[in-house]
Amino acid sequence: MTTTAVRETSSPMYGLTDDQQSLVDMVRDFAQSALQPNAIDWDQEKHFPVDVLRQAGELGFGGIYVSEDVGGAGLTRADAALIFEELAQGDTAIAAYISIHNMVAWMIDTFGDDDQRARWVPRLAAMEHLGSYCLTEPGAGSDAAALSTAAVRDGDDYVLTGVKQFISGAGVSDVYVVMARTGETGPNGITAFIVSAESPGLSFGPNEKKMGWNAQPTGQVLLDGVRVPAADRLGAEGQGFSIAMKGLNGGRLNIAACSLGGAQWALDRAVHHITERHAFGAALSTQQSLVFTIADMETELQAARLLVRSAAHSIDTGHPDVATHCAMAKRFATDVAFTAANAALQLHGGYGYLAEYGIEKVVRDLRVHQILEGTNEIMKLIIGRAVLEKVS
Amino acid sequence: MRIIVLIKHVPDTWEERVLDPDTGRLDRSASDRVVDEITERALEAALALKDRDKSIEVVALTMGPSESTGAIKKALSMGADSGIHLVDDALAGADAMTTASTLAAALRDAGADLIIAGNESTDGRGGMIPAMIAEHLGLPALTFISELAIDGDRVRGERATETAASVVSAPLPAIVSITERMPEARFPSFKGIMGAKKKPVASHSFADLDAAPAGSRSRGSSIVLTCEKRPGRTGAEPIVDDGTAGTRLADFLVQQRLV
Repeated sequence: MTTTAVRETSSPMYGLTDDQQSLVDMVRDFAQSALQPNAIDWDQEKHFPVDVLRQAGELGFGGIYVSEDVGGAGLTRADAALIFEELAQGDTAIAAYISIHNMVAWMIDTFGDDDQRARWVPRLAAMEHLGSYCLTEPGAGSDAAALSTAAVRDGDDYVLTGVKQFISGAGVSDVYVVMARTGETGPNGITAFIVSAESPGLSFGPNEKKMGWNAQPTGQVLLDGVRVPAADRLGAEGQGFSIAMKGLNGGRLNIAACSLGGAQWALDRAVHHITERHAFGAALSTQQSLVFTIADMETELQAARLLVRSAAHSIDTGHPDVATHCAMAKRFATDVAFTAANAALQLHGGYGYLAEYGIEKVVRDLRVHQILEGTNEIMKLIIGRAVLEKVS
Repeated sequence: MRIIVLIKHVPDTWEERVLDPDTGRLDRSASDRVVDEITERALEAALALKDRDKSIEVVALTMGPSESTGAIKKALSMGADSGIHLVDDALAGADAMTTASTLAAALRDAGADLIIAGNESTDGRGGMIPAMIAEHLGLPALTFISELAIDGDRVRGERATETAASVVSAPLPAIVSITERMPEARFPSFKGIMGAKKKPVASHSFADLDAAPAGSRSRGSSIVLTCEKRPGRTGAEPIVDDGTAGTRLADFLVQQRLV
């Protein structure tokens, strides 16, 4: 597999194992040949490349850290973080969708019973089926535990009614993991359900017009008396919020890794640009203030990479403070990556503002990473409260 | 059925490739090494046959220095079942004669029903090895094949020439060399990458092989008389646009018969 794209990404400060290097090499080949040449068109045309996702599924991208007995690749979160960073260099929006899909597949693999795992996970792992994660509602965003979608037991079924907001893959996905209320107010009254796209009463809002992430559809998921068999309840009644949050730990880590990939790509482009572009009789790269900008971008991305790596290790080893570690990685990486991408745009001058150069797309794509999977303000609440709890 | 695919570790085509001026040989440390794309396509051809008939065993064979294990590992991660690595300092700088006789020696008792190779490597560009191996082993050779199928106990392929496309076939065992018209190679999957290290790789030195038929013991390599660095680019004439640059550029292209 050869490509003309040249990349001089700085090497990570920690060593990769031989296997990790082989994984990264494969993802780079795939991202450079299947994603990158199309990324700008997909963004401009708001095209969700389901065919390319199926191809990715054949390579194992649908269940990166899903168990092997149900078709997953059985890799670690540390491996996954490297994979998402590399994938996002090709197309941040598609990498981010694959991250959400993996979160869904992992939730069913981890919290499902044997029957649910066998029925749902293999096709998700192969990306024959695409998955969506449905927690947020029009009236419940950061305060997710206030969600009001109702699930009422009726014989062997639950009947779900409510609206889910900002759902990636809405209308295209085959499998929706929906958090709904079966009991008391607050987090303990929430239960998770696996809902098939075929379910009568399930419909979707129009594809939202967004600032970025245009290569993946986002919309409302409307549940109007959708009957879900009790056999498709994920975990016990009242466990849904806990399941949703555990899924989000990994989701936040992966989004952080996607931010790194997008920003690293923008940094590499900016380095090329200021080396080749001449003004006032010399290359822009001789201007000290621009050298300082590059230094800040590089330093902050490397720092974020270490935090992502550390949080991945915490998930892999079951560290008790895993939620805090993932929140820190997500908060820091998505902030510094957006800042770096925005700096890359500035370094490109007017060209950075043109779609053709791909930089403005990365800036738009990365902006939402500071908002979704828990806003960065919620990340700070998680981190700050965890620190304060230690003295109370 | 056992298919042996000949793969080669070569300097990345997209990078500057450098000769060592002292030996005239390739400076392997000067650029990244990749599995030669044409040999990846040869492997793909074998794996495509295996996709249809799971009983087919695919073996990747390479001759090269110790770091060429990387090429075998890539082939195993793509789906080959096992690897054979011919590695020996005595083989450094081997010419086509030595390469072909060594590969043939390794293939002689390897039990291949079909051997698939690329038509020519991107570094050596000799394009002779498959036919030379066929000669050593007394096998039929179908060279420059752009479509490949197994038909009972025969291999069949399409061979395009400047004037015609021929359909050729031969009884197995046989050797086939393929062209770039064969499909691109697949990506290794995550599972393939993680499973590659569990697959067997046999390593043979020159001495292990009965590589030298009597009277022809050749450890030959081409004798390099001189090797000089390519001179830097000179003679470019900058054209400053004083209003006539377009005309001058067009004149230049006409003079060079480029338009």
